[in-house]
Amino acid sequence: MATRLRLLRLLRSDAVALAAAACLVVVVLVALFGPMAVGDAAGGINLRNRNAPPFEFTRPWLYWLGSDSLGRSILARIVVAARTTLGIALASVAAALLVGGAVGLVAGLSRGRTGEYILRGVDVIMSFPSLLLALIVLYVLGPAPSNIVIVLGVTRLPVYVRTARAEVLEIRERAFVAAAQVMGAGPVHIALRHVLPLVLPTLLIIGALDFAYVMLAESALSFLGIGVQPPDITWGLMVAEGRAYLTAAWWLAFWPGLAIMMTALAANLLAMWFRIANDPSLRGSLKARVAGNG
Amino acid sequence: MTRFMLGRALHSLVALLALVVLVFFLARLTGDPTNLFLPMDASLAERQAFAERHGFDEPLLVQFWSYLVDLAHLDFGMSLFQARPAIEPVLGAFPVTLRLALVTMVLALTLSVVIGSVAAYGPGGLFDRIASLLSILGASTPDFWIAIVGILFFSVSLGILPTSGTGTGWHWIMPVGVLLLRPLGLLTQVVRAAMIGVLNSAYVKTARAKGASPRRVIFVHGVRNAMLSVITVAGDQAAALINGAVIVETVFGWPGIGNLMINAIKQRDFAVLQASILVTALAIFVMNLLIDIAYSRLDPRIRAG
Repeated sequence: MATRLRLLRLLRSDAVALAAAACLVVVVLVALFGPMAVGDAAGGINLRNRNAPPFEFTRPWLYWLGSDSLGRSILARIVVAARTTLGIALASVAAALLVGGAVGLVAGLSRGRTGEYILRGVDVIMSFPSLLLALIVLYVLGPAPSNIVIVLGVTRLPVYVRTARAEVLEIRERAFVAAAQVMGAGPVHIALRHVLPLVLPTLLIIGALDFAYVMLAESALSFLGIGVQPPDITWGLMVAEGRAYLTAAWWLAFWPGLAIMMTALAANLLAMWFRIANDPSLRGSLKARVAGNG
Repeated sequence: MTRFMLGRALHSLVALLALVVLVFFLARLTGDPTNLFLPMDASLAERQAFAERHGFDEPLLVQFWSYLVDLAHLDFGMSLFQARPAIEPVLGAFPVTLRLALVTMVLALTLSVVIGSVAAYGPGGLFDRIASLLSILGASTPDFWIAIVGILFFSVSLGILPTSGTGTGWHWIMPVGVLLLRPLGLLTQVVRAAMIGVLNSAYVKTARAKGASPRRVIFVHGVRNAMLSVITVAGDQAAALINGAVIVETVFGWPGIGNLMINAIKQRDFAVLQASILVTALAIFVMNLLIDIAYSRLDPRIRAG
């Protein structure tokens, strides 16, 4: 609890990190409650307001960012798409973290050749452009949201496997693991009770860093037309749909892309700040800056 | 040294083989090309003849074996849609992507070494903070979106850059700029971090104490040692660069390997897909080998070990 308070105090004194955190909170709140607030405006066809340019404040507030050729409010669509976009990214990271962490744990604890084989398998995934892997797999399985989560999860797997394995290799040589072994603890018990709690924080930080990356990857898939399919919408899909109207209605592609960028930027900034704040050798510089500012 | 290189090469070769197997079977799971290639009202006999001609009626394992045998004779099969050997469009498209990737990588390496070094020389300073923020911004921007915004601004509004195609030097500016974004941001961060480590080391302090100028310290003593981590990351960026190339080639209409692969998947043109993936993987394989060699040249400890 004390550490959490200290982290909050550090956060409050760093303007950039604070702004990033606020931005993320807003995005998450929008994803959670926004769709209820805008009602069915995202799908509602309204030909009187079609192709409305942005910043016409005489129209209802839902149209302040403009509307598409069917008169659907861009703002409402961005709000609804936020839920799908964030949901897929979050689920993918969670899946990669769980499976990758477990595989890495096994690879690190096994004494035989298993670890070696797992690492080779991971190398195959890493040596291949992830977007193409996703393209092929999505053509096989079909572009359902659950399949997109699987594909994105698989392409991010190597990071977690390698990190977990490297950490485990170091931890398993420590005295307390030997002590547990001497006292008769089984391998499963040692893995879950003694090794996992030490590996998990590192994996969680990587997961935070990965979130923005996965969101961008999902957007790229949707943009290429093999990600989420209409009538579901994500920000990437909105950019793809808006591309056809680029010269006539620039706002269709512009706003959703900006939403992707702002969210990714906020996530990256916060993850970087968090890494510094959690690293005792770097935290000094953060505190020094606080003192300098204060 | 030779043994070390051979071991690495063998590992990569196994990975390459696994990839060939994976792509072959995954591609065949995507569906029957007969339905896509023949008209809807094609008779059963016509379908049968088509499948026989291209060997789709054989069991998968038999198909795979004959694919491997052909591959050993450097025969990559025939393209279904273009009625010519599959390797021809691949060899036509590959140099386009290679040139794009090379120009981007050289620019990214040069710029990141300069920016990262200067940032590392005064960590926490104004230049460092601006550079850090910009590199994070580069990593956060969706490449397809910035490509579209670029077209909107430079082509539609200002009318100074072409929207798509290849040809003049003007055609290169936007694709390279978009592709550059991510590797540049990442490499700048890596150079900066490595450089800070190097500048704090004893030998650099010695050099400074002996009166070496800041420029000499950075570019003679620093860069050579910071390059180690840069080269490793640059290698990982090779595969990522192909990701970017798929997007950039799609948006800007470049006839490169990324564009070819997307079309091959959409048309179920297995032979072209397999050939293009094999060539791409081979290129990445060769590059990783070159990186290993460069690495062992820079770090004598690896040669010994």
